[in-house]
Order: sequence, then structure tokens, then C-alpha cells
Amino acid sequence: MINPKIPDGPLDKKWEWYIAKARLINPANRRKYKAIVVGTGLAGSAISASLAELGFQCEVFTYHESPRRAHSVAAQGGINAAKGYKNDGDSVWRMFYDTLKGGDFRSREANVFRMAECSMALIDQAVAQGVPFAREYGGYLSNRSFGGVQVSRTFYARGQTGQQLLQGAYQALMRQVALKQVQLNTSHEMMDLILENGKAKGIIARNLETGELSIHHADTVILATGGYGKIYYLSTLAMNCNGSAIWRAHRKGAYFAAPSWTQFHPTSLPQLGNHQSKLTLMSESLRNDGRIWVPQKAHDTRAPHEIPEDERDYYLERKYPSYGNLAPRDISSRAAKEQIDAGKGVGPMKNAVYLDFQTSIQRDGKETIQKRYGNLFDMYEKITGVNAYTSPMLISPSAHFSMGGLWVDYELQSSIPGLFVLGEANFADHGANRLGANSLLQACVDGYFIAPHTIMNYLAGEQPKQQVPNDFGQEELKLTEERIGRLMKIQGNKTAEQFHRELGGILTNKCGLAREKSVMKEGLQAIKDLQQEFYKYLKIPGSTKQLNMELEKAARVEDYLELAQLIFHDALQREESCGAHFRVEHQTPGGEAKRDDLNFQFVSAWEYAEGNFKLHKEDLHFEFIQPQERTYA
Amino acid sequence: MNLTLKIWRQKNNSDKGGFKEYKVSDISKDMSFLEMLDVLNEQLTEKGEDPVHFDHDCREGICGMCSLYINGNPHGPLQTTTCQLHMRSFNDGETITIEPWRAKAFPVMKDLVVDRSAFDRIIQAGGYVSVNTGGVPDANEIPIPKTIADLAMDAAQCIGCGACVAACKNASAMLFTSAKVSQLALLPQGQVERKRRAEKMVAQMDEEGFGACTNTGACEAQCPKGISITNIARMNREYFSAVVSNTELV
Repeated sequence: MINPKIPDGPLDKKWEWYIAKARLINPANRRKYKAIVVGTGLAGSAISASLAELGFQCEVFTYHESPRRAHSVAAQGGINAAKGYKNDGDSVWRMFYDTLKGGDFRSREANVFRMAECSMALIDQAVAQGVPFAREYGGYLSNRSFGGVQVSRTFYARGQTGQQLLQGAYQALMRQVALKQVQLNTSHEMMDLILENGKAKGIIARNLETGELSIHHADTVILATGGYGKIYYLSTLAMNCNGSAIWRAHRKGAYFAAPSWTQFHPTSLPQLGNHQSKLTLMSESLRNDGRIWVPQKAHDTRAPHEIPEDERDYYLERKYPSYGNLAPRDISSRAAKEQIDAGKGVGPMKNAVYLDFQTSIQRDGKETIQKRYGNLFDMYEKITGVNAYTSPMLISPSAHFSMGGLWVDYELQSSIPGLFVLGEANFADHGANRLGANSLLQACVDGYFIAPHTIMNYLAGEQPKQQVPNDFGQEELKLTEERIGRLMKIQGNKTAEQFHRELGGILTNKCGLAREKSVMKEGLQAIKDLQQEFYKYLKIPGSTKQLNMELEKAARVEDYLELAQLIFHDALQREESCGAHFRVEHQTPGGEAKRDDLNFQFVSAWEYAEGNFKLHKEDLHFEFIQPQERTYA
Repeated sequence: MNLTLKIWRQKNNSDKGGFKEYKVSDISKDMSFLEMLDVLNEQLTEKGEDPVHFDHDCREGICGMCSLYINGNPHGPLQTTTCQLHMRSFNDGETITIEPWRAKAFPVMKDLVVDRSAFDRIIQAGGYVSVNTGGVPDANEIPIPKTIADLAMDAAQCIGCGACVAACKNASAMLFTSAKVSQLALLPQGQVERKRRAEKMVAQMDEEGFGACTNTGACEAQCPKGISITNIARMNREYFSAVVSNTELV
């Protein structure tokens, strides 16, 4: 049994009391401590800037050419906060409950409550940084609604909320770079974690431009490296998103929690061809005004406008009348898959459903819809060549967000002392399904408001290292060199991209939206076979001492091939359905996820053991609410 | 579609570089431009040749990573990012010329990859509000007129791709710099450092070796996010008023 170190006390006092009792370091002494931060998305930039502002030294790494390119930039719809500006009955408690229920009661009460609690300060912080959130004519902030809730608590900056929040964090980071509090290493990828007496003390980094490997030492290491949904190949993620940093830490002893819990986003654009490299996301906010439907008749070949109202099935409105088109993501995605599998899919590959704005355009006028979503409609037209004002959008579920990640305790510390994991890279707040607009929030809150306190608390118990021993990291450096050499030497005939595409295909088909034991067993075997092929037939051109994107990709795919196996182990072990993890064997008569609280009310935290994985359980205790069957009907 | 690609190849920063021709066939009109390059790269890799290096990441037009000077236009014929450009914008049998951004301040690192860290240093010079984490007023304490918030957002949409620099005959970074200066000058939160910011960012821009602005408007015409050159006018006003009043500079 593992201990998440949740503080005692009433739910709404836990965090307050934690801060009150946390150990501090005198401002004059803080400069003696150094933190390594890997990743410069919202969580990474926020923690780097915040620690630097406190006076700690920071060394920051990103594989991007600039911190501003991190994938937080792509989040569209918004960020939740329980500000209650709308007089619609919102509160910290309601946000806490919505989030816990949205995650199908597979997250910690104390963590979720803290996220809701800190959400308010985050909006204040962003506005102070100059983030231009949408406003009403009176000059006050505007809100909209997102899936899985009945209030409007989502703040947004057109369809570019992630971009605007990231710029705020990036600018705060660059200010610290200018002040020389932060040493920024762009185009550097973390290759390994270095431990000293069991504690995280440094990393091996590879300069992507020169291929040079280097050893970096610090008093704590913070990973804020994002999610690994790209393992499914076709996903909404950026091409370079990867799981390598957290996988390397996992191999060094950090537990990996709920690896198989990946969210499929219901409103991405469908696959159109075989050379497609990614699926573009259309913001969930579109579901505020768009209605989702399929033809009632299977294999209907008529154009959408030729299908009369009474021959359409607005299946979300039918099945979930109180949430309708704003049902949570896992449920909406699964419902879409159900329709597509029943032969009702539409579009050239019959792999999509309609998202239709006609009702809203008739009600509110085209101009209003244009104001709300103009940039999304433009983007849709650019990609598909279709005008969505006159003809419905085609949408389809796509791999999107990793609820799973490195296991962390209440302090966001992994099972390796001194290794903190923030944002999407950790498993903490979203349970088995994340609610829309909670991802930006979690990344920000982890980075700005939680980790600065917990990291200082940790560092206060450590002696800052003055002299780094000569042999520090030499072993890891050698192993990394050997690893790269091994990959380069294979010289087969298949590119890393081809392996990745095959891997993604296996995962999507065998461990995607619906999971079944016998199918998953086939999948696991297929991954093992693919892994063997990888070491026989991989082809990397060029050399190691130059910019070599094929080498970068190959190393990431190598890690993905291992992570994929853990994903199967995890999904096989959990003989229940919860949130995004839908086991065909475990469903209600109505076809919804059926939890088994008696046997599975725990977080699976996996320990790496050379090709085997050992399960540790963190029991989830619900002291303040009672888990219920999750219904949105 | 069958296409001939004339692509700039350059081993590294010190290499002279030159064009090389490649053929690709069976390209679908629905493919994005970068997916077409993926096809080429897969062919090259299988043959053991070094694939064409180009910058890209999100492939949905927001990270600002992709670039490419395509047939003489940054991001190609449409006003969008290269990742959002699809092959339906080209004709079967066409020859497409692909070059990196050309600017002294953006050195070529390899093939089509350039170093845009100059933009980061411009932001470092003052493209922020100096606010630490915590201790800020409630978000609704200062109402901001919707028109002002919208203007600030228009400017804030810049993705930092550098197309403005590539489009400009002087390789000027005025559009990029002015977008950030404008965003923060428009908002109440940016008032305190307004003058200092304009002056420092302009100085850094010059130091990086970007050229001067001669108001041709090429940057605006090619900006994938439609950033307006009225931002340049605003930055000029900000800059001159800062220089003239010069009260808070040390």
C-alpha cells in the first residue's frame, strides 16, 4: 500500500494548513539551491518562473527551439475556475464534485478540492499577466459552459486560451531568464534521470542541434513534460509530444499510475486518408451551440441536408437529456463510436458524426455564431474545404489527454524523493476522465500555486550541494551513449515513423475506446512482436553529432513500445469500467461504464521491474462525498 | 498528384547550401503540405539518405513552429501556416520551390530549419508585465472595455512564426515586436512599464540585426494570424512618446 501523504483536517482546510506548516528556506539561502525543470509548457514555465521569483536557481530544459512552442499552446476552449461570477450556483464545492464525478470517482478528494480552490487565484494571476480573456460589454469577464457541468465556469480567450495562458507563463519565464535567475536550455532533450542515494539529483540532456550529451546536477528535478496520447499515433497532440522523460524516470523507479487511462476527445476531425499524421481538434466549446447527430438509418448515403429532421438521431440529447450535447468527453466519444460501429457513421470514410449548427444559426443568427466560433469555422474550412455555416461539421473521437502519468503524492512528489511531476505528466486530479477546461487549470495550478510550496518544503530538508563529485552522472552518460549507438547500428529498412504508425494502430484497435480481455491479449502480443522487429529493422540515417530528427523520433518510439506494454497490463488488470476505461465485459444494461468500487477503488501504481511490472495500490478513501453511479441522463 | 520539389539543402550553419530536386508521386489533394514532405522523407530515409529537416510540431496552426518559404511566399499561397496548407492549393505536375526563412537574424541551422531565438530575446527585453506569482487583485476588479480587450487579443494572437520577417524585404521584425508592445500597451495591466517596454524591445530588435520598416505591408499580407500593421503604428507612437518623455528610464 502506498501513502499519498494527505494532510489531516477538514477538506477545505487541508491545503491552507499544509502551507501554514510547510518548511521554509530563508530568502538569502534560497539561491544556494538549484532546481532542474524539464518542459516549458504551462506547468514547466509556471514553476520555473515561480521558483526563480522566490530566489531559487533554475535550470530549464525544453526540446523545443523556444519555450513558447510547448503543446499547452494548442488548448483551445478554456480554463475552469469556480469564481461564481455568473450567479448560477457555482462554488468550490460544486467544482470539486463535478470534477470528482467527471473522473468517475477515481481521483483523490483532497487533490481535486485543492485544484478547485486554487482555480480562482489562477484567473487573477493570468489577468495580471495581461492575458486577454474574453469580456462582456460592461468590461467584466465572460464565461461559457463545458462538458459535464451545468454552470458556466469556463474562462476563455477566443479559441486560443492555451496559447494566451502559455504566453503569460512564457513571458514570466523570460523575465526570469533576463534577470539571470533561470538558465534556459532550448533544443535539449532529457535522456535520463540521475539518482544519488535514491534521490533525484540530475539529468542527462542531449543537445538536439549538436548531438552533445551533458550532465546536469541540481537539488531537485521537476518533470513537466506533458502527456503521451501521441502513442496512439493519430491523436490531437503535436508531432513531438512524447512520453520519454517520464518513461526514463519510471525505469529509474518512479511509479507509473493508471497508464491506460487516455481520454478520446469527441470533437476532433476524422481521419481522411492513410498518410494523415495527426487529427485536428475542434474545441469542445462548439458543443455549446452545435448539435450532434447521425442518420437514423444505417448506411444512409444521402447528404445531410437531404435527411429530414425526423430521420435524424440526436443521440446525445436522446440518451442524456439533462446534459445533452455537453455530456462529458468519455461518454460522448463512446456514444459516437457506438453509432459509427452500428453503420451510422458519416463522411467519406464513414468514420464520423455530424456536428450541426443550423438550429443555433436560425435562433441566434449567423453573425453571433461567427463571433463565437469564427476562427474554428475558418480552421475547419481550411482543412476540409467545407463551409460549416451551411453544412454540418464532420467530427470523430481521437486520442487526446493522458489522465495517467507518473504517480505523485499530495505534494506532487513521485515515488523517487526529490522528483516532482507536474501537469499532464502526473496522475493526480482527473481520475478516469478529465473534464473539459480542467487541463489548463491543473497545469497552471500545479506550477504556480502548489509546487512552489511543496518543493520548498522538500528542499528545506536537504543540504544544498556545493561540490558535485567528479563521477556524478558518468554512468548514466555512458549508458545513454550506448543506447544511442545501439539504435544507430541497427540500419534496417523501416523508419521510426512507420513503427509508430503500426504501434498506434494496434493500440487504437485493441486498447482504445472499448477494451476486451481477449482482444487486449492479442494486442499485447502484437506490441511485443513489433518491438522485436523494431530492434531488427529500424533505420536511422545521418549521424549522432548533428541535428537528426530521425534519431530523436526513434528514441521516443523505443520508449513508446515499452510504455504500450504497460498500458495493456494496466487495462487488463482493471476488471471494471470507469470513465475512459471501458471494459466491454463490465457495463450496465444501458451500456454505460460499470464501476466495481468494492474491488477497484484504488489507483494502480506500477513499478518497473525489467520487463515485468509490479502493481502497488493506493486506496481511494472518500470521506466527504459518497461515490455514486455516474449518470448524466 | 505528381510533383517536382526544389528544396534548399544545407548540412549545417556553416555549409553554403543549395537547391536539390526531388520527385514525389501519388500525392492526395487532402494531404497537408507537411504530410507531403513526410512522404518524401520516408522515401529518403528508406534509401538511407538524410531526410529534409523542417520545423513543425502542433500541425494545427498555433505553435508557430512551422515555416517554409514556398514558391516565394512565407507559408505558401494562402494566408495560413504551412501545416494548415493542403495540397489542393497546388496543381498536378507543378514544380514547388521550398526555402527556409531568409533573414540575417534567423540563421539556417540545417536544410529548412532556422534559429528564431532572436524573438525570445526580444520578449526577454521587456515583453511581459513584471508581476510575481501571487498577491494580485481579483480578475474582475479592473473592468476592461470589450473593444480594448478585443484589440489586445487581436495583437496577442501572434504565434511568433517569423513569417513577417521572411515576407519583409528588409527582414524587419516590427510586426512581431509591435504585436506584443500593443497587447500590453492596450491593457491596464501593462501601463506601468509601458514606456520602458517599448524602448527596450525596440532596442533589442535592432541589436538582433532585423531591418527597418518601410511600410510596404508585406508582413500583414503574409501573416497567418492576420496581425494588423496598425500595431506597428501604435508601437511607433509608444516608442516616440517613451523617447520624448523619458521619465522612468534609468
